[in-house]
Amino acid sequence: MFGYYLDLALRSLKRNKMLTALMVLSLALGIGASITTFTVFHLLSGDPLPQKSARLFYPQLDPYPKDDPFSRSGQLPWLLSYVDAMNLMHAGKAKRQALVALSQLKLTPKTGGKRPFYADGVLTTADFFPMFDTPFQYGSGWSANDDDNRAQVAVIAGFLNDKLFGGTDSVGRMIHISGHDYRIVGVLRHWLPQPLFYTLHLGGRSYGKADAVFVPLQSARADGVDPDMMMSYGEGASMRHLETSPSIWLGMWVELPQASDVATYRQFLANYASQQVSLGRFERSRTALSGLMQWLRDQHVVPDDVKLQVGLAFGFLLICVVNTVGLLLAKCLRRSREIGVRRALGASRGTIFAQFMTEAAIVGLAGGVLGLGFAELGLLGVRHQPAQYASLAHLDLPMFGLTFAVALVASLVAGVLPAWRACVVPPAPQLKAA
Amino acid sequence: MEIRPIVASLRRHRIPALLIVLEIALACAVLCNAVFMIGQRVADIHWPNGIDEAGVSVVTVNGTDPKLAASDIPRDLAALRGIAGVQAAAAVTSMPLDQNPAVTCFTLKPNGKCTVNTSVYFLGVDGMKALGLHLLEGRDFTPGEYADGDIHGFQPTAHVVLITRSDARRLWPDQDALGKTLYSGSLSWTVVGVVADVLAQDPAFSGPGGRYSSAFFPVRPNAMIGDYVVRSAPRDRERVLRRAKQVVAGLEPAAVVDGSTFVKMRADYFANANSMVWMLVLVCVVMLAVTVFGIVGLTSFWVGQRRRQIGIRRAVGATRAHILRYFQTENLLLSSAGVILGMALAFGINLYLMRHDEVGRMPWYYLPTGAIALWLLGQLAVLGPALRAAAVPPVVATRSV
Repeated sequence: MFGYYLDLALRSLKRNKMLTALMVLSLALGIGASITTFTVFHLLSGDPLPQKSARLFYPQLDPYPKDDPFSRSGQLPWLLSYVDAMNLMHAGKAKRQALVALSQLKLTPKTGGKRPFYADGVLTTADFFPMFDTPFQYGSGWSANDDDNRAQVAVIAGFLNDKLFGGTDSVGRMIHISGHDYRIVGVLRHWLPQPLFYTLHLGGRSYGKADAVFVPLQSARADGVDPDMMMSYGEGASMRHLETSPSIWLGMWVELPQASDVATYRQFLANYASQQVSLGRFERSRTALSGLMQWLRDQHVVPDDVKLQVGLAFGFLLICVVNTVGLLLAKCLRRSREIGVRRALGASRGTIFAQFMTEAAIVGLAGGVLGLGFAELGLLGVRHQPAQYASLAHLDLPMFGLTFAVALVASLVAGVLPAWRACVVPPAPQLKAA
Repeated sequence: MEIRPIVASLRRHRIPALLIVLEIALACAVLCNAVFMIGQRVADIHWPNGIDEAGVSVVTVNGTDPKLAASDIPRDLAALRGIAGVQAAAAVTSMPLDQNPAVTCFTLKPNGKCTVNTSVYFLGVDGMKALGLHLLEGRDFTPGEYADGDIHGFQPTAHVVLITRSDARRLWPDQDALGKTLYSGSLSWTVVGVVADVLAQDPAFSGPGGRYSSAFFPVRPNAMIGDYVVRSAPRDRERVLRRAKQVVAGLEPAAVVDGSTFVKMRADYFANANSMVWMLVLVCVVMLAVTVFGIVGLTSFWVGQRRRQIGIRRAVGATRAHILRYFQTENLLLSSAGVILGMALAFGINLYLMRHDEVGRMPWYYLPTGAIALWLLGQLAVLGPALRAAAVPPVVATRSV
């Protein structure tokens, strides 16, 4: 029976090529636009560390004066001061914990004649690597002792290793960072979490290419490396005295494996804050501990423009669906006579309905195939945009499936009304008119 | 034109009529909001900026030896001034739109409450000339003020400041800003001049209040300086920039030297807004095309269905113009219903977006403009089918189809 419907549907679609083409094209455009924008949105709002994100948390404190708060809307300061960060680190209440700051680091190639260049650097502490499960090509991260001893050691990204050492095992070799020699202890394999969750509010980018050099925070500070982002909440802030001045410039991540650990850590933060209030260092005892995904959501890491584009594209899809409903309806009302004949010859309402839905589904599938083409074209366009995330815009398998699901659902929704109108056509008047 | 028969006929074709109304309403709602967003972004892209944008190029120098700044900077500047076509060169700490915000809060009283992020610019000797700042009132810094100027924990040690006209008006609404005192914490500076509005280093970071809030301080050669501003005639700027980068790279072998014309810096800053505008324009055009084709398709079907009816009307005396007018009026009625619904929808969408902090309030005139656009498009779309309807010969009435 389905084969017969298919045959009828194809005949009917062929009979009116212009109208069919218009329906398929309009549906395809709507689908192409929605899938393009939704793919981008899906990529940008993804989980950077799917196996780990549920156990990673971002603590916040509020050292700002009550009268001159960090934000008028009541947001907690995004970053920690050095004193607080170190206090939390030394308390060691989490399974793993790491501090992060970003800095543009000047690298001077050893081979003569090459000019120095800047690389995206991360100033961090030992747990960064095990906590974020960074894959190593050679060597490993550094130890907590290296942090305490301000050891001049570095982990570099694979692409930098390729550039400087031709991809060979460079562990033990030296790299000249901001005027000082650092010994390479590890080379990362390709590691590119998207969004680059640990860079938020530190002056880096949220999406796109990976960081190149990782060095111990305190070693880099001892060598005069300044972080890219610093905000001060009192007088006397200066880059030279960041460790003691009233300024926030560090992000902190903690790994808390169990729900009970999270509750305990929350309590610890609250206790710490009220202790600082009683010491007179803080005026407010507000604290927060956000899970990784929560933190990304709260900080609006997905650009507003991307959300607007998704909304716009789905609005457009809706228009395309309404358009297809209209055209399908026009087509099927024009065939009232044919329906009348079929009904008179014994076709039930259900049969007519099924036949018209088959026709709609064919339009939907054709729209889906063409829409996929439009989506690929759209994503090609996105890749040529200047945005940070441009290079990420590719159609993945779930999106591929979604395209057809959307196409089918859209066309079936569009088909219901015309098919219903068709199946309630009374046979007698149509036959009489003929 | 009598509209009663049209309404009567539409009531017999409720569903197709409703579909056209719905499609026009949705198109109107999306169009109004999209055009509003385009308008906002285009306005952003064209924010005026009180420097010589066409003539300014910037050479950035990073990773120099801080101890040598005092001697190296004057040497580099002298070399830059020697390049043919260079009208002025100066060392500065930041540039408008360089996406590297250095902001402070300035207040009218010591230790006052901070309300606006003001972008802080330190200018070396000749800074005003090299940037092409328009001095509206007061004076430029004196050589002595430049020599005294230093940077201490991000704060200027000089005691004089140039402010923008926006700040002058904001801080002292009905008074002359010259000679007034500006505070930050316990430090203070005297306003010696007012310049035309200069954009912030990162207007998105500074917020709408800080867009034109900029303060300029004199500074002597200092390790915090990383930009050399070179001004030339607009037609020379590419050549001058290339040469300037070579000259500085030659003098500073250990530094990382880069550079850009200000025109390119501006284009980079607004690149995202620009591509969003094109994307929105594309979606609007395609959406309107789909809507038009939808109306054409439905109306054609309609005309086809009513050939006999039209033939009868022609046979009993209706002219071609009457038939044409009939379909045009019908479309006008449907469009009107569509745009009324669409304007309400557009307003609702705008309210929703405002609540989610993504856009501002849409000025009222976008609504009627969108409505008129869709009216015109509706008329355009209906013209073809209506003409075909008008061409139906009266003889159709006498034939059984």
